[in-house]
Amino acid sequence: MTTQKADITEDELDEMLNVVNTTYGYDFSDYSRASMQRRVSRFMDTAGYKTAVDLTFQLKKDRSVFDYFLQRITVNVTEMFRDPAFYKVIRQEVLPVLASYPIIKIWHAGCSSGEEVFSMAILLSEAGLLKRSRIYATDVNPYNVEKAKKGILPLNVMKEYNENYIQSGGQNDFASYYTSLYNNAIIRKDLRENILFSQHNLVTDQAFNEFQIILCRNVMIYFNRRLQNRVIHLFNDSLSTFGYLALGIKESLLFTDLQNKFEVVSKDEKVFRRIK
Amino acid sequence: MAGNNTNIELITIGGSAGSLPVVLKIIKSLPASFKVPIVIVIHRQRNVSSELVKILNNSSASKKIIEPDDKETIGDSCIYLAPQNYHLLIEKDRTFSLDYSEAVLFSRPSIDVTFESAARVYKKKLAAVLLTGANSDGTTGLSTVVHRGGIAVAQDPSTAEYPAMPLSAVRNVKELTVLSPEGIVKFLAALMSNGK
Repeated sequence: MTTQKADITEDELDEMLNVVNTTYGYDFSDYSRASMQRRVSRFMDTAGYKTAVDLTFQLKKDRSVFDYFLQRITVNVTEMFRDPAFYKVIRQEVLPVLASYPIIKIWHAGCSSGEEVFSMAILLSEAGLLKRSRIYATDVNPYNVEKAKKGILPLNVMKEYNENYIQSGGQNDFASYYTSLYNNAIIRKDLRENILFSQHNLVTDQAFNEFQIILCRNVMIYFNRRLQNRVIHLFNDSLSTFGYLALGIKESLLFTDLQNKFEVVSKDEKVFRRIK
Repeated sequence: MAGNNTNIELITIGGSAGSLPVVLKIIKSLPASFKVPIVIVIHRQRNVSSELVKILNNSSASKKIIEPDDKETIGDSCIYLAPQNYHLLIEKDRTFSLDYSEAVLFSRPSIDVTFESAARVYKKKLAAVLLTGANSDGTTGLSTVVHRGGIAVAQDPSTAEYPAMPLSAVRNVKELTVLSPEGIVKFLAALMSNGK
């Protein structure tokens, strides 16, 4: 239990991330160092690499090692209706405003396996807005994108999601939103019809549309301040005037240079609105 | 007592929900002029809204307890509480990073994660204290603290409501200082008066 875990120095991590960037075009250099260091050493433990040099060598040589690395190094933990109070704000304060748009364009940036996207689709459906919504859901990890497209979740977590749903103000039968099959819950197809899942890298890719709301919750916590600032610029460029920006409940615009371009819609749930 | 405790620049404290009385005692007995920042990690249930920060704040009018936002800078004379449902890590520039990755030993926030990350940054300028709790979270973290030259302290298991957590540390961590709650209070007061 107390055996020292795989260790990696700053220089070794720099070298590894540099090799990953030059070989595969994924730039992790502005990811949060503390978190990246921890995930790489965990990866080394579970995949059985004794030294950082070994792993760097294999990453360079073997695409399949990189694919596995990419899958494990990005954080893919998510749930439906995570932070129910946040969804209450979306329900009560944001959707009534979005209802005035003929077409509602939504971007979930860093959607992981789609749980929060499906939650949003349920809210839109209950508000009668799903049919005229276009939801773009993107993630850096191609494995997540493929998983999200399938819309299949493990059945054993649905009980907890149901509790989140009720706390968020949901009044329907939550089980009516999915079909149970063996140990799986399959999200109803009509809820997924207007969702387009695709790969997008917030570090290197550009703005691709104009949205009425962008949700990027608990994604930028894995970035350093410099990259966070750049991504907020990307979001600002991708929002219509008075478009909404939703972050994770412990994320802040205070450390960015665009904080004056946004007004606060919900201080606790970190919902903002572009005003300039 | 292990280590030379004149240069401590951060104190981390970890425990399960049952450690609250000891944490409150520690906060109340801190000198009003304390400088060294304190980071507290307490296990809590995940999807139940938590009053913990309120409870801690009500305990002490003069000291404010903060649940930090991501990338907030660690300030002198501040007491921080790891937010519910996130791991709390520390960057080299002494800012916090939050992390929503998998629970470690069924815990998020995990004491190990915070202790290990603090140890990497503060090395011998860190003192870490492990209180009462029911699993083995904190043991690996304390080992890392010692490995990097910091001071590791555990609550005496015989004084703990749930002894498993400090007991695991006593069995596995070399150079561990074992103290009663009163001893911990005195020890921290001494660190504070010797600190910066």
